This record gives sequence, C-alpha cells and structure tokens, in this order.
Amino acid sequence: MRRFALIAVPYAWLLALFLIPFLIVFKISLSDAALAIPPYAPTLKDGFGALIEGLDLENFWFLTTDDLYYKAYLSSLKIAALSTFLTLLVGYPMAYGMARAPEEWRATLMMLVILPFWTSFLIRVYAWVGILSNEGLLNQLLLWIGLISEPLTILNTPTAVYIGIVYTYLPFMILPIYAALDRMDDSLIEAAEDLGCSRLTAFWLVTVPLSKNGIIAGCFLVFIPALGEFVIPSLLGGSGTLMIGKVLFEEFFNNRDWPVASAVAVILLLILIVPIVLFQRNQQKQAEAEK
Amino acid sequence: MKRLSALNITALTLGFAFLYLPMVLLVIYSFNSSKLVTVWAGFSTQWYGSLLRDEAFLDAAWVTLQVAVISSTMATLLGTMAAYVLVNSGRFFGRTLFSGMIYAPLVMPEVITGLSLLLLFIGIGLDRGILTIVLAHTTFSMCYVSVVVSSRLVSFDRSLEEAALDLGCNRFDAFRLVTLPIIAPAVIAGWLLAFTLSLDDLVIASFVSGPSSTTLPIKIWSAVRLGVTPEINALSTLMIGIVTVGVITASIISKRSAIAAQRDAQTAERAE
Repeated sequence: MRRFALIAVPYAWLLALFLIPFLIVFKISLSDAALAIPPYAPTLKDGFGALIEGLDLENFWFLTTDDLYYKAYLSSLKIAALSTFLTLLVGYPMAYGMARAPEEWRATLMMLVILPFWTSFLIRVYAWVGILSNEGLLNQLLLWIGLISEPLTILNTPTAVYIGIVYTYLPFMILPIYAALDRMDDSLIEAAEDLGCSRLTAFWLVTVPLSKNGIIAGCFLVFIPALGEFVIPSLLGGSGTLMIGKVLFEEFFNNRDWPVASAVAVILLLILIVPIVLFQRNQQKQAEAEK
Repeated sequence: MKRLSALNITALTLGFAFLYLPMVLLVIYSFNSSKLVTVWAGFSTQWYGSLLRDEAFLDAAWVTLQVAVISSTMATLLGTMAAYVLVNSGRFFGRTLFSGMIYAPLVMPEVITGLSLLLLFIGIGLDRGILTIVLAHTTFSMCYVSVVVSSRLVSFDRSLEEAALDLGCNRFDAFRLVTLPIIAPAVIAGWLLAFTLSLDDLVIASFVSGPSSTTLPIKIWSAVRLGVTPEINALSTLMIGIVTVGVITASIISKRSAIAAQRDAQTAERAE
C-alpha cells in the first residue's frame, strides 16, 4: 500500500501537469480559432461528439500556406546547428586545456565553468546588449583602437544571436567533453608519438576519437535547447532574426491565435524528437560501454 | 606526464575571459553615475538606491522568492520520491511512461511547457497567480531533482537499508535513518538546483502568471526589452554577487567535509 502511494503521487502529478497539458495542446492544434474565451472551438462543453467532429488539420495547412513558418523552422535549425558548431570550436580547446591543467587547478577551473550556470540566464544574455549595441562597449573599443571608422551593427542581427547562444550554452559543451578527456589514458598519446605521429596527428587520430562521445553529448545538449530558444533571439536578434520559439510566443500573445500557436508547438516537438532520440541512444551506448 | 602548453593556456585564458568579461562589465557599469550606460561618468551607487526604493521591483522579488521556496521544496519531495521509485521499484505498470515523463521535461522547449500548462489552467478554470506558477515550476524542477537524486541512489549500497530492516526498522525509519542521510548531499543539491531554476525562469512564468503575480524575471524582461537600464545593471550585480558568494561557500564547505572524511578514514585505518 505504501509502495503504491510512493509511485502514485509523482506519477499522478506528472500525468496531470505534463502529459494532459500536452494532449490539450495537441487537441487545440486541431481546433478552429473562435472569438470566445477561451479563443478556440469546439471545447469540451460542446459535448464529445461535436468535439471530435470539430477537429481537422486546418491549422497545419495554414502553417504551410504562410512562408513565415517554414522559414522560421529552417532558420531555427540553421541557427541552432551553426551555433552548436561554434560552441564546439570555443568549448573543445577549453575542455582540452582543463584536462591538461595541473591536478590542483582542476576543481577551481571546474567551478569557474559551472558558476555561470547558477547565474541568471536572462542577465547573462542581457549583459551582451550593452556590449554589442551601436554605441556599445565593443564598438567603442574598436573605434578607439582604430580598427573601424564607423560603428558596426551587431545587435539585432543573427550574429548577436550566435554570440548569445555560444556564450550561454558554453558550459553544456565543456562539461561532457572535459569528462571524456579526463578519463583518457595519456600513455596512448605518448605511444602514438613514439610510433612517429606528430603531436597534431596524434591529437587527430587519438584524442579526438576518444572524446567523440563527449563531443556528441555536448553538441546535443547545445542544439536541443537552442532550437526552441526564445530569450536570446528576442533580446539580441531583434526583428531581423526569425526563430520558431519567438514566432510561437508572438502568435500566442500578440495575435492571440491559440490553435495556430499549438500547431507550431506540435511541429517543433516533432522536429525535436529526432535529435532527442539520437541523444538518448548515444547516452545508452556510452553507459553500456562503461559497464 | 601532462603537458600544459602555451596554446592550452591561451585557450583557457581567452575562454574564461569570454565567459566572465560580460558579467564583469555589467558589474562595473552598475556603479556608473551616468544614465547613459555606455559612457563612464564617475563612481556612484545611486542606481542601487533607486532600485531599492522601487516598490514594483521589491514586490516582484518577494513573489519570486515565495514561488521559489515553495516550488523547490515540493519539487524536492516529489523528485526524491520519483527517483526512489525509478531506482528501487523494479517493474511496475506504466514504468516506461513514468521514466519518459521524468526525462521529457528536461529537453522540452520552455515555450511548449509554458503554453501547455497555460492551456490546462484555463481549461480547468484555475485563475493565474502564484499558485499556477508554483505548480508549473514544481513540475519541471521535480524532474531535475529526480535525475540528480537517482544518480546518487544508483551508487547507494542497498544492503545498508536491508541491514536496518533486519535490525527491526520499519521501511520508513530505514529510509529516514539510513538512506536519507546518505543521499542528503544529492537532495540538497537538487533543492538548490530547483530553487535556482525557479528564480531564473522567464518563459514559463510569462505564460502562467497573472497580472497580480509578476515575478522578478518578468519585471526584468519588460525593462530590458527597451534597452540597457542602470537599475537592471545594479540588480544584476546584486544577483551575481549572491550567487558567487553562495557557490564559493558551498565549494569550501564540500572541500572541508571531503578533507574531514579523508582524515576520518585515515584515523580509522591507523586504529585497525
């Protein structure tokens, strides 16, 4: 009996506040918009028969007719993929440096990577507004050095979004790669060098393949949340950047079109299933390899 | 022998500069006396004063704190229960669905979580306010807590609990007296994580909060949408300061206890 209660309480909680809400989104995505409160029809009050009859794929058709939506999905995919790659370029050398650092530095370096995690995400994104704006600190610095003669427009462009994503998600990339590099046996590299590899070839042929799982995990941990990102494109990307999280938010709050917003959400989730399943597989393979 | 080359040091220096410079600049410019945030006009603490006199910010901070304390405590309870079930209960009906529901919220985009919860609350006619934010935050942070706690439970030696049962403890006492003290660090870490997630959440709270329950991130958001403001810089500095002190204190405490544990182990060895 007690065991039953132990399972039932968290189970019921998640059913009520995670699964059912999601089913509601799915149902509303098949409903019609209505000038009512709530602004969609039919609702449960209309009876079950009317509820089923009123459902159709109209909202999904609508998403294909307006090119705003597929452009937003494509541009989200592109921004998420490219910024994941950039995060890897910045994160790998850092993780590598950490793994080579003297034992007594490691705890501190680790803490320095984790500290931004605990700091407000919103504030970390906001910090870049003052740096990247036209009269911002970066432009002031570049003008002062004399590298440029006119301020660069970075804020409210996709470039600012890339910087924002790399900056905020960098710890997600560093931690799994560091974990993989830290477990690596250094004598393998020495062996490769003894056998005539240059340091660079040894790095490519030994270190990179051995940290492959860390790289894959890190890339998914950046790509998946970056795809649905809302705060970064809204704050740094301005009107020039199209990302699906922002479109969903605006569709819901500004246009008040709940059925279309729900349809946008359903498709975003379908797109996300692929990387999530791949990520799970990678994690499982890794867990089995460790056994 | 590990070699830390000049290249490694450069990568670390540039990398950490990239991670910390924006926050350092934010802190410095919060003491700028000019309203124009990018022009340095001398040292001043006036923005801290005007921040602390701003009723709306104080109200929002109070709402946020209440939500964070309640939701992280509930999330810790539910998350620990869920972790215990996942690790110890073996097979039961709907186990796959259960573990799926634990992991899915971790990767769910916040806009979808927020939207779906709002549609639920409107569907059942629950007025948006502190209660709805607490329910939403508890739901996603309990999943984080359960992941943290279950990683600790997996490495926990079950025979200790069995020994307690053999010695006459009932299940609840065995959990309270044996299991809980051992997994306590993970439970505390889970609570802290849930607390921070709740303090930090903007997107989900924007969906499920009502007009009378503005949280601090929502307040910050509506201010920063219009650009950089010195009051927000001051507020950010306060928040960064609290987090830094907290994290450093926590790491010193855990380092001390690790050293103490090591010393105990050594003494025990010598005694043998």
